[in-house]
Amino acid sequence: MANERPDSKRVDQATGTEFVGHEWDGIEELDTPMPRWWVLTFYATIIWAIVYVVLYPAWPMIEKGTEGVLGWTSRGQLAQEMSVADQAQTTFREQLARVPIERLPDDSVLMQRAVAGGAAAFKVNCVQCHGSGAAGSQTLGYPNLSDDDWLWGGDLRAIEYTLVHGIREQGTEGTRTGAMPAFEGLLDAAQLGAVTDHVLSLSGKAKANPAGAEVYAAQCAVCHGANGEGDRAQGSPNLSDAIWLYGSSREQVMQQILNPRMGMMPSWQKRLDPVTIKMLAAYVHSLGGGEDFIEVAQDPETQVDEQP
Amino acid sequence: MQAEAALGRIGLWFALMFLAIVAIVAAKDSGFAAHATIVAAVAFLLVLVSAARFDPLSSGRSFFRMPDGPDKYDDDPVRWGVLATTFWGMAGFLAGLFIALQMAFPQLNIEPWFNFGRLRPLHTSAVIFAFGGNALIATSFYIVQRTCRTQLAFPSLARFVFWGYQMFILLAATGYLLGITQSKEYAEPEWYVDLWLTIVWVAYFIVFMGTIVKRKEPHIYVANWFFLAFIVTVAMLHIVNNLAVPVSLLGAKSYGVWSGVQDALTQWWYGHNAVGFFLTAGFLAMMYYFVPKQAERPVYSYRLSIIHFWSLIFLYIWAGPHHLHYTALPDWAQTLGMVFSIILWMPSWGGMINGLMTLNGAWDKIRTDPIIRMMVMALAFYGMSTFEGPMLSIKAVNSLSHYTDWTIGHVHSGALGWNGMITFAALYFLVPRLWKRERMYSLRMINWHFWLATLGIVFYAASMWVAGVTQGLMWREYGPDGYLIWSFADTMDAMFPMYVARAFGGLLYLSGAIIMTYNIAMTLAGRLRDEAPMTETPHDAQADRPLPAAVPAAVPAE
Repeated sequence: MANERPDSKRVDQATGTEFVGHEWDGIEELDTPMPRWWVLTFYATIIWAIVYVVLYPAWPMIEKGTEGVLGWTSRGQLAQEMSVADQAQTTFREQLARVPIERLPDDSVLMQRAVAGGAAAFKVNCVQCHGSGAAGSQTLGYPNLSDDDWLWGGDLRAIEYTLVHGIREQGTEGTRTGAMPAFEGLLDAAQLGAVTDHVLSLSGKAKANPAGAEVYAAQCAVCHGANGEGDRAQGSPNLSDAIWLYGSSREQVMQQILNPRMGMMPSWQKRLDPVTIKMLAAYVHSLGGGEDFIEVAQDPETQVDEQP
Repeated sequence: MQAEAALGRIGLWFALMFLAIVAIVAAKDSGFAAHATIVAAVAFLLVLVSAARFDPLSSGRSFFRMPDGPDKYDDDPVRWGVLATTFWGMAGFLAGLFIALQMAFPQLNIEPWFNFGRLRPLHTSAVIFAFGGNALIATSFYIVQRTCRTQLAFPSLARFVFWGYQMFILLAATGYLLGITQSKEYAEPEWYVDLWLTIVWVAYFIVFMGTIVKRKEPHIYVANWFFLAFIVTVAMLHIVNNLAVPVSLLGAKSYGVWSGVQDALTQWWYGHNAVGFFLTAGFLAMMYYFVPKQAERPVYSYRLSIIHFWSLIFLYIWAGPHHLHYTALPDWAQTLGMVFSIILWMPSWGGMINGLMTLNGAWDKIRTDPIIRMMVMALAFYGMSTFEGPMLSIKAVNSLSHYTDWTIGHVHSGALGWNGMITFAALYFLVPRLWKRERMYSLRMINWHFWLATLGIVFYAASMWVAGVTQGLMWREYGPDGYLIWSFADTMDAMFPMYVARAFGGLLYLSGAIIMTYNIAMTLAGRLRDEAPMTETPHDAQADRPLPAAVPAAVPAE
């Protein structure tokens, strides 16, 4: 070699260690022994690994892998953890199944647990339309569930009924049904403007006008009521409460008169068990606008704004 | 250039352009047509370059110049590589900052080309393969020549490696934005781009191996073992993981030959060893050359380098299954992936020990030399992330950390801390030497870069640890009634401050890289910044001693 090799016995002054004797582009190497703690830790990890592969499934064989002396499997662990969790729920679910939903508020502990369970189920099944805060969407026409305006009734039993049977769900017996006719072609422009103003006037958003009142009385009052109070039997919205499903601007209201949109909600009885539906009803009821259930039969004189 | 040779070369590029145009016309999808357009454009450019270079008197002052004579190292491809590394680094960091901001502010998703789904692989490929890959190719060409005391073997092939690799990057990056992907993480480019990279990579292997074979030194230096392991293993990983059958020879879409859990295992065998052999072995090779050179100290332990090299190479290849804990992968494979990852801890640390202890006898340079400081910080982050890796591979830890931002934090403490810092240090070492400058334009700017990058990593890693543990705990939190407390959207909401902190860390890191780019540009321009030296604690040997006992005779008698 052209370059001069350092003597292998040469000692590095700074560290007192011998050089190995190789040199590349000015780089040399010292003959330092491997750090003892490094070697021992390396051995320790190897010993730990040997113990671990004896205890747990580890080596691939022809048919399947070795099973390990502990007999542990990930499927087994999952099954065990699930069964522990299920057992912890059994008594609660049984209790909930026995209680009729309108009696649920009597047992505040059970009610609380039902609301907690409903909150979890809501996040999985309902937030897609109603939103994570249950505030719905005016653009898409998904109702806000946290106010006290109910299209089909807001007591526990009514909410449960809606959940079980759905709204305008084709092929489901007992589904909530109601339809608003399209007034496109039935009203001339003057009539349309007048009746829109009248509808808005019910909640103080426009001035009342006799022409609109006349159209309203003839065409709308049969479902929405003389004063716009709505009818929960057919899901006709209350028009006097300043809460709007499809928006409150004059154009939006006009659009809804000409070509009404009517939302649907799936019937959940095919997808969820009755106890989960009960919990969902309790949760929705708890959001702020839940109404008390009033037994109609006990006092026929009571004015009830109810639907089963 | 001779007329026949020039005509022949023009003809070759013209034929390629023609084929590409045929492919555009006959393409089955717009993505493939776009890529064929790029190939045609590059071929057209090369027709022009070849025609322009038809100059009988030209001494060939161009990109394709061969080494001047046998008494100089062949450094042109290294110089281009240094520039490419800087350029792609800036692009990759910028893309990273942008997608970090997209996580915090989803309004920044610009459909369809600049949404998170397309920019994320653009970022990962830009930093790993474009920034890291160019750094590896450039430094390996630099180091292998010097430690073998010989020129690169096959100089024209070495030039093909550099430009072919840039072509791969161009096709991959445009493919991501166009939505062309085979949906394999870190291996997103489709079959034809994979084939091209295979050709480039085999050429790379031939150049590197050829240089080692014709070496003038009796022994092969440790850096070259690591480079060779990196080149050979990446070739194997790339080919096996990307085996696919194209739907049409004129379309971008292909289907992989692996399916189901075999596909998942092959993918993570590839993915983990991309970390092991690209980002660890390759960068350790850089470390083994630049740290002893910059510190002007011998390597700490030859024996440790042998043992940790072979144990690292042997063990890394088995650790991939730890990416598939608690999945359909059989339990036995998960166990093996985990135990090999644990045993890997010490072999990984061998590199850190050898790097740090090489500073024995030169520790004072940490105070005076910002490049050494960067190297030490790189090794420290290497040590931290190679401890964190085995820890995260433990099933009990993984059940909390998996799928959370903790993984992102782990990757970035390694990528920003280890790969980034050691690459910056190597660039600062190389630029003055390659362009024959006295030193970098400014040492103080290197110091600024060091602190901005370090602070950026701290913000990044710390926020992602908090984010990851928070996510993991929220996902698994059950109420007393056995119901999950949090929805996925709740966890996203909780992450918001962490995502902002992460983006801030990325901004600091990018700022450091901008300072580096400016510093390199000024150095290339031949400027030297007039500044106070980095060390301000000079040693005064005269003053550094006890006062002698009072001697009355101190005043000479007259």
